[in-house]
Amino acid sequence: MPREMNIREAVMDAVKEEMERDPTVVYLGECVEGLFGDRSYEMPIAEAGFTGVGVGAALAGLRPIVEIMFGDFVTFAMDPIVNQAAKIRYMFGGAASVPLVIRCPFGACPGMAAQHCQSLESWFAGIPGLKVVTPATPRDAKGLMLAAIRDDNPVLFCEARHSGIRETITDADGPIPIGKAAIRRVGKDATIVTYGSMLEKSLQAAEQLAAKGIDTEVVDLRTILPLDEEAVLASVAKTGRLVTAAEAYAPCSVASEIAALVMEKGFRSLKAPLRRVHPKFAPVPFASELVHSLLPQVEDIVAAVERPAD
Amino acid sequence: MIPRHHALAVYRTMLKIRLFEERVAQLFRDHKLYGPAHLYVGQEAVAAGVCAHLAPTDYVASTHRGHGHLIAKGGRYDRMMAELFARATGYCKGKGGSMHIADMSLNMLGANGIVSAGIPLATGAAFAAKVLKNGRVSVAFFGDGAANEGVFMESMNIAATNRLPVVFVCENNTYSVGIKWRTVANHDDIAARAHGLGLPGVIVDGQDVTAVYREAATALERARSGAGPTLLECKTYRYFGHCGIWGDPRDPAEVAAWKARDPIALFAARLRSEGMASEAELESMAEELRRELDAAVAFAMASPAPRPEEVTSDVYSESTGPRASTTAGTTGITVGNDVVSKYLEE
Repeated sequence: MPREMNIREAVMDAVKEEMERDPTVVYLGECVEGLFGDRSYEMPIAEAGFTGVGVGAALAGLRPIVEIMFGDFVTFAMDPIVNQAAKIRYMFGGAASVPLVIRCPFGACPGMAAQHCQSLESWFAGIPGLKVVTPATPRDAKGLMLAAIRDDNPVLFCEARHSGIRETITDADGPIPIGKAAIRRVGKDATIVTYGSMLEKSLQAAEQLAAKGIDTEVVDLRTILPLDEEAVLASVAKTGRLVTAAEAYAPCSVASEIAALVMEKGFRSLKAPLRRVHPKFAPVPFASELVHSLLPQVEDIVAAVERPAD
Repeated sequence: MIPRHHALAVYRTMLKIRLFEERVAQLFRDHKLYGPAHLYVGQEAVAAGVCAHLAPTDYVASTHRGHGHLIAKGGRYDRMMAELFARATGYCKGKGGSMHIADMSLNMLGANGIVSAGIPLATGAAFAAKVLKNGRVSVAFFGDGAANEGVFMESMNIAATNRLPVVFVCENNTYSVGIKWRTVANHDDIAARAHGLGLPGVIVDGQDVTAVYREAATALERARSGAGPTLLECKTYRYFGHCGIWGDPRDPAEVAAWKARDPIALFAARLRSEGMASEAELESMAEELRRELDAAVAFAMASPAPRPEEVTSDVYSESTGPRASTTAGTTGITVGNDVVSKYLEE
C-alpha cells in the first residue's frame, strides 16, 4: 500500500520487506528489541564487539544488518569494518564473502554537538572491499537498503539522519543499483555534485539560481564507493562548471575526490575553476547559531556557482 | 585419558603441527620464505585437544599464530606451504600469507593479523549457528595478549547473554609479544575474568593434551546443549620468540623449564606406557608426515607465483542475493595450472 514516509521509515520498510523475502536477514543494534519481531537482536553498548559479531555471522550464513545508533560511534567499530569485513574476501583469495550492512546514520543538527553530528563517510570511501551508500531521500533509502542487504559485500549505509524529505513509497519501489548517481535536476549552465544531507539545500540553491537565469544541474551521487564517475563527467562535460556540496569536512573528502576526478578526466570540459562547498573546519558545536554558521547554507552554494573564481 | 580410537589421531595432529612449524623455521633460516610467521611450537596440545571434538562444519577463528589451528581443523600441508611460499596454489592464492591463512571449506575463519579480532568473529559464527539452528559450534582461539583487548570482554558478554554455542580458548603463553602477563595485569588467571560475566572460566594444563581434550569436551558439550559459552584458559608456552626465528628476550632457563614438559613428549610417553603405541609406530607416523611435508615443499616450490593482474581480483564479490554456500565440501579454489590442478585432485 502506498504510504508517505520519511527516510527512517523507508529504511525500516526495506528491512521488513527483505526479512520476509530472506530468512537469513537479521538486525543487530542497541535499543532494537522488538523492532523487527524476533529478527532484531538487542546488543549491549559494545560497537566493536557486535559489529565483529555481525562480520562472523555474515561468514557463517546470515545477512546481518548492524546498526550504529549514531554514526559517530563507528569509531569503536573500525577494526571489524576496516580490517575484517573489508579485507576478508581478498585475504582469503576470494574464498569468502561478507554480506553485511553497517547502518551508520550521519548528519548534524542543533543541540547534539560534536560527538553525535559528524559526517565521517569519506573515511570509508577509500577502503577497497567496502561499498558506501549515502541515500538522501526516502525512496533511495529503501532502494539502496534492499540492494545493500542483497549485496554479497560489506556495505556501509550512511543515511542522511536529519533529511526532511518525505516521499510516497510503494511495494513497487525495488532495489536501486549501488554505484549509480541520480540527476535530480537537469540544467545546462552549471553542475552541483552532492549527496546525503546537502541534496535539499542544493536543490533549493538550483531554484534560486534558475531565478537568476543560471540553469543548474544537480547530481546526487547516492553511492560514494564506488563513485559513478560517468554521471559526474557527463554533467560537467555538458555544463563546464562544477560545484560540490557536502556536509563532510573538505580535507581528504568525497568532494576532494570529485575534484581530482574532474581534473584527471574532465579538465578540458571546465570553463571555470571548480568550487567545494563544505562546513567550516571545526567540530560541530552545540548552539544552533553556531551550527548554522558551521554548516554550508543555500546561499553558500548559490555564491559558489555564481562566483567560481572567488 | 583420551579414548584409544581417538588418541593416536590426536597425537598425529600434534606431531603434524610440530613438524610443519619446525620445517617453516628451517625454511626461514634458509631464506626460502619471507614475511612474518608466528610459530605454534610448544602449544600443540591446545589446538589438537580442542579441535579433536569438532566436525568440519564447526567454526574456528584463529590468531596471528594460526598454523596449528588450521592443521588441527584439517588443513592440508601442500596448500599451507604454498601460501607461505606466496604461490597461486596456496590457500589464499598468495594474497594472505601466514597471518591470514584460512580454509572456508573447513569453516576455519582464518588466522588474523589483528590481536583479538577473531574473538567476535567466532562469536558471530556461533550467533549464526544459533539463529539457523544448524547445531554447529564455534571456537575462538586467542592469546593472553588478546585478553586485554576490549572485544574479549564484549564478545564473552554477548555470548553469555545470548547463550551462544561458542568456546573461548585462551592460550596463555605468558607473553604478548615481549610483555610478560603480570607486567600488564594485576592478577594471574585470565579464567577469572569469565566469572564476573556469568560464564564458567576453567584453568587447564595446556601442556597435557588429555586435560585439554577433557575440558574441551565438557565446554563443547555445554555449547552444543544450548547452555552457553565457556572460557578455557590453557596455560602453555611457545618455544620460539614472538615472531618465529627472530629475537627472543625471554630467560633461557624459563624456556628450558617449559620444554621439560613438552606436550608431545609427555603424550608419547603416556601412549607407550598405556600400550597404545610402540616407539616404532610413533616413529613411522613421523616418517610418513615428513614425506608429506617434503612433497608439500616441492609442490609449493613448483607452483606458479600469482599473476600480476590478479592483484585486483577477489576484492569484491560480483554476486548478490542468496550466496554460494561456504559449508564444508567446497574448496573455493581456482587454479589455472593443469599440473597443479592434477596434483590437487590426487
